[in-house]
Amino acid sequence: MSDERHGSGHVTRQESIRRSADETVLVVGWGNPGRLDDALGPRLVEWLGALGIPGVHAETAYQLQVEHADAVASADLVVFVDADAEGPAPFLARPLEPSGRPAFSTHALTPGTVLALAADLFGARPRAVLLGIRGYAFDGFGERLTPGAENNLRAARAWIAAALAPPADGDAGGTADGRNAGTAPAHAT
Amino acid sequence: MSTTRRVVIEPLTRVEGHGKVTIRLDAAGDVESARLHIVEFRGFERFIQGRPYWEMPVAVQRLCGICPVSHHLAAAKALDVVVGADVLTPTAEKVRRLMHYGQIYQSHALHFFHLASPDLLFGFDAAPAKRNVIGVAGAYPELARQGILMRKYGQEVIRATAGKKIHGTGAIPGGVNRSLAPGDRKALAEDLPRQKEWARAAVGIARDYTLEHASLLSEFAAFPSNHLGLVRRDGALDLYDGVLRAVGPDGKRVLDDVEDGRYLEVIGEEVRPWSYMKFPFLRSLGPEEGWYRVGPLARLAVCDRIDTPDAEAARREFVEAMGGLPGRMSLAYHWARMVETLHAIEVIERLLADDDISGSERVTSGERRSEGVGVLEAPRGTLFHHYVIGDDDTVVRANLIVSTTSNNEPMNRAVESVARRYLTGTEITEGLLNHVEVAIRAYDPCLSCATHAMGRMPLVLEVHDAAGHVVGEGRRDP
Repeated sequence: MSDERHGSGHVTRQESIRRSADETVLVVGWGNPGRLDDALGPRLVEWLGALGIPGVHAETAYQLQVEHADAVASADLVVFVDADAEGPAPFLARPLEPSGRPAFSTHALTPGTVLALAADLFGARPRAVLLGIRGYAFDGFGERLTPGAENNLRAARAWIAAALAPPADGDAGGTADGRNAGTAPAHAT
Repeated sequence: MSTTRRVVIEPLTRVEGHGKVTIRLDAAGDVESARLHIVEFRGFERFIQGRPYWEMPVAVQRLCGICPVSHHLAAAKALDVVVGADVLTPTAEKVRRLMHYGQIYQSHALHFFHLASPDLLFGFDAAPAKRNVIGVAGAYPELARQGILMRKYGQEVIRATAGKKIHGTGAIPGGVNRSLAPGDRKALAEDLPRQKEWARAAVGIARDYTLEHASLLSEFAAFPSNHLGLVRRDGALDLYDGVLRAVGPDGKRVLDDVEDGRYLEVIGEEVRPWSYMKFPFLRSLGPEEGWYRVGPLARLAVCDRIDTPDAEAARREFVEAMGGLPGRMSLAYHWARMVETLHAIEVIERLLADDDISGSERVTSGERRSEGVGVLEAPRGTLFHHYVIGDDDTVVRANLIVSTTSNNEPMNRAVESVARRYLTGTEITEGLLNHVEVAIRAYDPCLSCATHAMGRMPLVLEVHDAAGHVVGEGRRDP
């Protein structure tokens, strides 16, 4: 598991994901929908996309790839959503910086590497958050989530919907803190 | 007591989809053999058994995050046979081809610009911290941008034909469920000129690199082999459909244009106790002599010509550089891959100019059959899908041979060749790690099949003495 996912900042600061009315948001959820809880990222993002929140673009992927650097570069705020095999339940959200380099002979990139490419190639440094939703079963084929992952997905949905809700007039914007979304804190069970 | 020692290179991942290299040394410290272990997908056949056959083109995309389109189309081709669609409508045939060549284009661009180019631009011995896509972005930003935009173009072709960039639904048994929308056709055509320019330039980069380093590459992971691939019935390169042809190291045919539905008659799969992955071979030559390469290098070895002008000119130059014989240099895969990339964009151009691509007759059918085989040339090589369907329309049995499986033995040989040259004693050097990486990467194996590899993939090396004790250890973290 990458340090990128479990660095020192376990709780996203509320102000770090505040969204103003004119900001565009890209939410990328990745994973294999046919590998049990690996589907958590795509499941959340498909649900979010169906909400049709203005200014929020939802995209699913099996893996993060180089072209995501181009997509990321045109957003003001990026939320990466992935299943997390080791993090706290129900989910963990934390700010993300450009970092990392690709691993050996894999075609997939980490979100930090995608951000680094966006900065290097397109001069873009969008604010970014990594949302890891705790999953429990990955080694097998199946298009169902474990009960625990289903619960965690529900909590993550509530959190992200509140965080990315269109800012009301006179409102500074939604927040990315689960407490404001009426759920448990982002790092609590 | 054992008289061998082992060097283990073991990438670790969160879940299934990883590889390991074991280099065995004899008592004298010389390389005895090398083995590349790749954990193949398991349990997938059970996953799809009992499901309706028409779900297969979508379900099989769960296999791989890198080439889901190839599995999508191979499954659809196999099920064309089941539904009796022996000849697709022109629109269906062309939309599928467009999707497939879009997949080839984006996959080859990703591999060359972002996986292979760091090795070529910085040299095999460059520090891993530099020899990666971030390093290329810093030193050659225009090249890195081109790679991304070529990849993006191919993804747009896929989206326009399959409905989505991933997990598309465009191909169905007997045809397609959409044709190309006028808006997509126009947008894709408008971007063609610069895509062709970049593809031509990429051929030049790969060619120049190969020719300038011919002395090194003729010794690096170079060995003779058989080569297998599909060719069109007239012998031209065809990545979507054709007959199976194989040639030996001397270029003579050892498999002469066999119908793909007969693949089990001509290709066997050997099981070896140390690997989950099977070892395919040509039955006529047996498991010892019948192993073969697949992928770009093999395809240029088996075809007689390419039916698009720029790629054909590039192919001729490639063949001449190989001395008129099938390529034996693993690193020549890169040049061959770029010739195919140029061919792919030329095919895309041709299809976009064809009004059938936006036609309305999309599906056909005929006499229902209980079994179907679909074969195509995926970016990494020949891909076989084979289904047996019950009277209740559900899948009874499936057999898949993926490209990386066919390249299993060649990759083992490549690693062994490198180990013999660069490993001495028990010292684990950066040079050894680098060269093993480069050799494996030439084949563009899909080490992360079936699930995404978000986690670390460190390389771990261990040297074992004759008694099995660890006498040397090395590790490289990403």
